[in-house]
Amino acid sequence: MTSLAEAPPAAIEALARRHRFRPSEALPWLVALLCFFAFPDYLALGTQVLISILFALSLDLILGYGGIVTLGQAAFFGVGAYTAGILAVHGWTEPLSGLVAAGAVAAVLGVVTGLILLRTEGLTLLMLTLVVAEMIREGANKASQWTGGADGLQGISISPIFGLFRFDLFRRTSYLYALAALFLAWLLVRAIVHSPFGRSLTGIRENVARMRAIGSPVLIRLVTAYGIAAALSGVAGALLTQTEQFVSLEVLSFARSGAVVIMLILGGAGRLYGAFVGVPLYMLAQDQLAEQFPIYWSTGIGLLLIAVSLGARGGVLDLWDAAARRWRRRA
Amino acid sequence: MTEPPSPGPGSARSTLSHSVGEGGVRPSPALAREREGPVAQQREGEGAAALETRGLCKSFGALAVASEIDFRLEPGARHALIGPNGAGKTTFVNLVTGALSPSRGRVLLAGEDVTGLPEARRVKRGLARTFQINTLFRGLSVLENVALAIGERRGVAGELFRPAGRRSGVVEEAYAALERLGIAEDAARMVRELPYGRQRLVEIAVALGLEPKVLLLDEPAAGVPSAESGIIVETIESLPREIAVLIIEHDMELVFRIARRITVLVQGSVLIEGTPEEIAADPRVREVYLGERETA
Repeated sequence: MTSLAEAPPAAIEALARRHRFRPSEALPWLVALLCFFAFPDYLALGTQVLISILFALSLDLILGYGGIVTLGQAAFFGVGAYTAGILAVHGWTEPLSGLVAAGAVAAVLGVVTGLILLRTEGLTLLMLTLVVAEMIREGANKASQWTGGADGLQGISISPIFGLFRFDLFRRTSYLYALAALFLAWLLVRAIVHSPFGRSLTGIRENVARMRAIGSPVLIRLVTAYGIAAALSGVAGALLTQTEQFVSLEVLSFARSGAVVIMLILGGAGRLYGAFVGVPLYMLAQDQLAEQFPIYWSTGIGLLLIAVSLGARGGVLDLWDAAARRWRRRA
Repeated sequence: MTEPPSPGPGSARSTLSHSVGEGGVRPSPALAREREGPVAQQREGEGAAALETRGLCKSFGALAVASEIDFRLEPGARHALIGPNGAGKTTFVNLVTGALSPSRGRVLLAGEDVTGLPEARRVKRGLARTFQINTLFRGLSVLENVALAIGERRGVAGELFRPAGRRSGVVEEAYAALERLGIAEDAARMVRELPYGRQRLVEIAVALGLEPKVLLLDEPAAGVPSAESGIIVETIESLPREIAVLIIEHDMELVFRIARRITVLVQGSVLIEGTPEEIAADPRVREVYLGERETA
């Protein structure tokens, strides 16, 4: 069928090699482990950063790869958080099964809403995701006998992981627990984006009319991705519940939906590592700015955003790529 | 449906008026038979048309962009659909592919009614198209553009956990397809880096990756400088015989070189159908095209 008598052409090689692990991909994990030992006093913040990275990573799958614009991803984060919390309050305190249950509930919600929402696109889709998230937030507010309403869900206690590792005051367990969950989720998302399914998702982002014209079941692909992303967002929410042992309505807030989009775009969407760069940058900036300017810290975030949208549409990673290209050309 | 300005200025009409003198105004028996209607033909046992429309209508509000279009594309045909700007040619293509749903009428592929099927399901039944304006994955390599189509055809495009680049034969098949069209040296380049004419070839390569039985080419040479359009004509001429090709085109030179039957569409209805000679000799066709020149 082919004329590949000798070495395969470079174009084929490029596609065949794309999914292989590169040494640089170990970097985020080395940094995360290094932080564990270097900053033992900051593990609470570190845990939150890891959870937000997982949340942003799940968003990257649909926004960065699938081109699904959403301002309602917190719906899945929050539903996962409340699922884990409500289970724990009612005596299901085993953490790992709590994560799985939270992911499953969020996935079901993602598939059900996705089947309706993903028939639209652009601004309509953006508004509908916002509406769904707000409805769920208001529902959680009203269902206070389950969720604690505006007071938040209290009285959560989580059993030790594997019955061995207690969630300690210094957050060492929390940090490593969140890191392990993030690592597994990253392996999953990485496999997906390099799979034929992931490439067809990219195709939908690049040109949905062409995808339909090559016979791709676009809605099914989008709903599948939406469901997977919802599950991972739900797991991220459950991680927050289990490590904080508290849930408030904030997990379902519009601010959370918006912030995760900003964090992802800040790092660079559609390239798997945008979450790993954008989230720490955003959260550290937020942390520092809040310390220096307790009242005006959001102005600093705003300026950062303006700089990125004017000077680096592809995020920090894009700037990095451009710099690397320039350096290579000079060398 | 707006259509972009016709490419090859002047060349189209001059070719048409040249050929007008050559043919006679004899209605051929084939044309007469065609007019009896597709149903009658099928009963004769000739087998189903590769593609057929019956009484196809589409209106946007009060504007009828397609009215009562009966059309038949025989297996292995080289058929052209021509007509002035705004005649509804692209609308017709969109109705056939399912990108638009008709207000009335039916679309049949190989004799089976596909009017209710979504676009993607019609593709699975062997209907492929190219677009008037390049509709490609601009940020992906040429190779991957074709590989995505082949993956969908083979039904492996939904696989979640196998790396796309590993041992499927899809990528190799895509490369071989590029070699056949003579664009393999661009395989690794991103589509948006290619000159427009090359991108037109990628459009055709993607459609061929679907192994269609019916191929709709919507102005394949539109926007291509005349120096490069020769490659596109050659590519179309070398398409496998078993594919039924419907070509929508403004460039009459191209139409008369490739088509063995021509349908003229004017204001959403079929004006006439016949061999190239019959079309070139028909006074109504001349009027439509000359009239267009005067208003232009």
